[in-house]
Amino acid sequence: MIPELGSFSLILALCLCGMLGTLPLYGAHAGNQVWMNLARPLSAGIFVFLAISISILAYAFVTDDFSVQFVAQHSNSLLPMRYKFTAVWGGHEGSFLLWTFMLAGWMLAVAIYSKSMPLDFVARVLGVLGLLAFSYILFMLATSNPFDRIVPLPPSDGADLNSALQDIGFILHPPTLYMGYVGFSVVFAFAIAALLSGRMDAAWARWSRPWANVAWAILTIGIALGSWWAYYELGWGGWWAWDPVENPPLITWLFGTALIHSLATTEKRGVFKSWTVLLAILAFSGSLLGTFITRSGLLTSVHAFASDPDRGFFILGILGIAIGGSLLLFALRAPMMKSDSGFELVSREMFLLANNVILVVAAASVFLGTLFPMVYQAITGGLISIGPPYFNAIFVPLMMLLVVMLGIGPISRWKKTSVGFLVSQLSRVLVFSLVLGVALPLIVLFGFSLAATVTLILAAWIVLGIAADIRAKTANKESFGKGLRGLSYSYFGMQFAHFGIAVMLVGVSLTSYFSIERSVLLDAGDQVELGEYEFTLVSSERINGPNYVGDAVTINVSRDGEMMMTLVPERRLYIASGTPSTEMAIDAGFFRDLFITLGEQRDSGAWSMTVYVKPFVRWIWLGAIFMALGATLAATDKRYRRLRVRQKEKKQSNSITAQLGSTPQVET
Amino acid sequence: MSRLKFFIPVIAFVSLALLLWRGLYLDPQELPSMLIDKPMPGFAMTTVEGEPVSNEDLPDQIFLLNVWGSYCLPCLVEHPTLMRLSEEGEIPVVGVNYKDRDDLAQDWLETNGNPFAFSIYDADGRLGIDLGVYGAPETYLVDSNGVIRYRHVAVLDETVWADEFEPAIAELRAEGQ
Repeated sequence: MIPELGSFSLILALCLCGMLGTLPLYGAHAGNQVWMNLARPLSAGIFVFLAISISILAYAFVTDDFSVQFVAQHSNSLLPMRYKFTAVWGGHEGSFLLWTFMLAGWMLAVAIYSKSMPLDFVARVLGVLGLLAFSYILFMLATSNPFDRIVPLPPSDGADLNSALQDIGFILHPPTLYMGYVGFSVVFAFAIAALLSGRMDAAWARWSRPWANVAWAILTIGIALGSWWAYYELGWGGWWAWDPVENPPLITWLFGTALIHSLATTEKRGVFKSWTVLLAILAFSGSLLGTFITRSGLLTSVHAFASDPDRGFFILGILGIAIGGSLLLFALRAPMMKSDSGFELVSREMFLLANNVILVVAAASVFLGTLFPMVYQAITGGLISIGPPYFNAIFVPLMMLLVVMLGIGPISRWKKTSVGFLVSQLSRVLVFSLVLGVALPLIVLFGFSLAATVTLILAAWIVLGIAADIRAKTANKESFGKGLRGLSYSYFGMQFAHFGIAVMLVGVSLTSYFSIERSVLLDAGDQVELGEYEFTLVSSERINGPNYVGDAVTINVSRDGEMMMTLVPERRLYIASGTPSTEMAIDAGFFRDLFITLGEQRDSGAWSMTVYVKPFVRWIWLGAIFMALGATLAATDKRYRRLRVRQKEKKQSNSITAQLGSTPQVET
Repeated sequence: MSRLKFFIPVIAFVSLALLLWRGLYLDPQELPSMLIDKPMPGFAMTTVEGEPVSNEDLPDQIFLLNVWGSYCLPCLVEHPTLMRLSEEGEIPVVGVNYKDRDDLAQDWLETNGNPFAFSIYDADGRLGIDLGVYGAPETYLVDSNGVIRYRHVAVLDETVWADEFEPAIAELRAEGQ
């Protein structure tokens, strides 16, 4: 009975979405205040019913209700409680419910934190989001209802959650990724509302910016978590594989990065308006495409969901209407947008344009590489695969070019910058970056690698550029501290995020070029040397987990004969599904990771294993954290809050809002 | 014209959507490899047993390159044919152990018998990408110059061997291979 309530709750949410997708939009068109005012309470209602739905699914997992097909496929009575809970997003149906619930969460947030925007605009934004939610819920009910039952004979126990998903990284990665993904729907809805209302001005860009920044920050963390999870769970010690399922978040991220920069330009200078709107649509398309690729079975991939052509057609339909429709709207409305000002060839606008062009080209190349095998097949009937060499060959040079621009952009001025000024600011930065880039690898004793040197020069170029810019911006103030306080949050946010890029660059280059590994067979007491570390196998023992059995091998790690730590890699066999799994042992460090994957035990009793030393690998994710913090900091800038304060005074006069708006009034 | 350029995105998207729509209908298994009549891609990897192996270790005669994995049930179906071919010395068979784990692969060979001269251990599927592998099982016919001449996707049983591979091999021999 209870799972049926979940379905019922979904249907109610669908009805509310249908209302939200029509009435407020029409109200905004016709100028009907009452209908526009429905948007906020409807959004809250949708959130409530989806929350009920997802709670019921979680309840079905926690209570081992294996008559629900989705539960039977992704859980088991032996599964530890925390994984029963997270198994909710362990498969297609449940994860799509989570995705839709996230959208409802964003809608609720828009309903609450939109007091500074005119009502018709809010009505349009929520209306567009309502239409999206409508299509998602319809898709769920029609092709992949997580509450479907197995009748008449439910299994006595479940098939268990995929062992690779029984892990903290999996608990965190999908919700975060979805949260970021879906966040771009909000920015998309803002863009569509702007197109619908014809209101594409600096105010629109200012409203969108905090949302775009927050969505981008969460997406950044989501991708980083995925990379981290792949690193320690999949056992090959890599952190990015250009997998068809990994690429769409990256494409969205690249468009999103272009978007937050373009939005800045639109807000500050009133230029690039149609371009910004287009980027908002593209970033959202990237997120939808990600869903399509993962869930349609179009591309084969190691971690695609089980495929079903019906789902593919349904998602393609959503894709066609949402993206095709919005691009058509764009084509009809964009010519009306006029730039408010001009700019010269050497100006910050120009550098931001370069940033946008590079990012969009990068996104397009990743997109092409991901879809090309399929497109090629559709056109010629031939079959090809595209691997990391293609992506690296295109992506790496583009990113290098981007970083060169990144060093100059923040120092340049709006509208017009003299070349002499840039040279005076950056010549020393350039010299020091070159020196540092060449010297650092040699000093830290890794040896010499041209590629690593180039990336280190680029990283130094960013960091020293930031330092030079902060110095220049505080130079005319009485003291350095006072100068710093005079700078805005969004300025610090930008520099923080840019610093994150430098940190990530260091991590990527040093890990890629100076990692070492060795595959060995070790018996008890045997030792292997790798770099400056010695690994000694001490013992091995059988282990019994809650839903698995396996072996654990104890390995002592020492340096120069001095014992440092004990690492215990495991091999597990999950009982219900019969799948084996390898649990890496990792000693994480700021400057290097030690990483052991356990192979099998040979007849002789010796264990095969691979040991790795990976310098600076943590810096990759550390950089992502800096970027996300930077974007969040920028989103909290005073000027967004100031607007809200001003709006509060106005509110008294708006009596209709006060009477009908039954949304939680968090702001007041 | 200036208005028309704003239609470029929607036109691009519609063409893409049409391709995706067509893509849903496609069966990737029907299709030939890009590498037909091209040399076998270069590789320097290890065997499933951990021995280093590269192009130079490939046979100097016509041989089969069979993509397999311990997880792959159809591979068991074609296994007897491969065993017969290698036991009767009809043609050497080289394995590509595709997206598998070496320990599982070794167990599989021990349990079922090993028809391969050696199996290249392609854990991350890199060689598979170079070959354009869709999935295991797949079998390539490679000539004595190391050029790929024929590709068969799916199970290689006695019928397929007689109908497809024997004529192709006869043709190669006629060329003086």
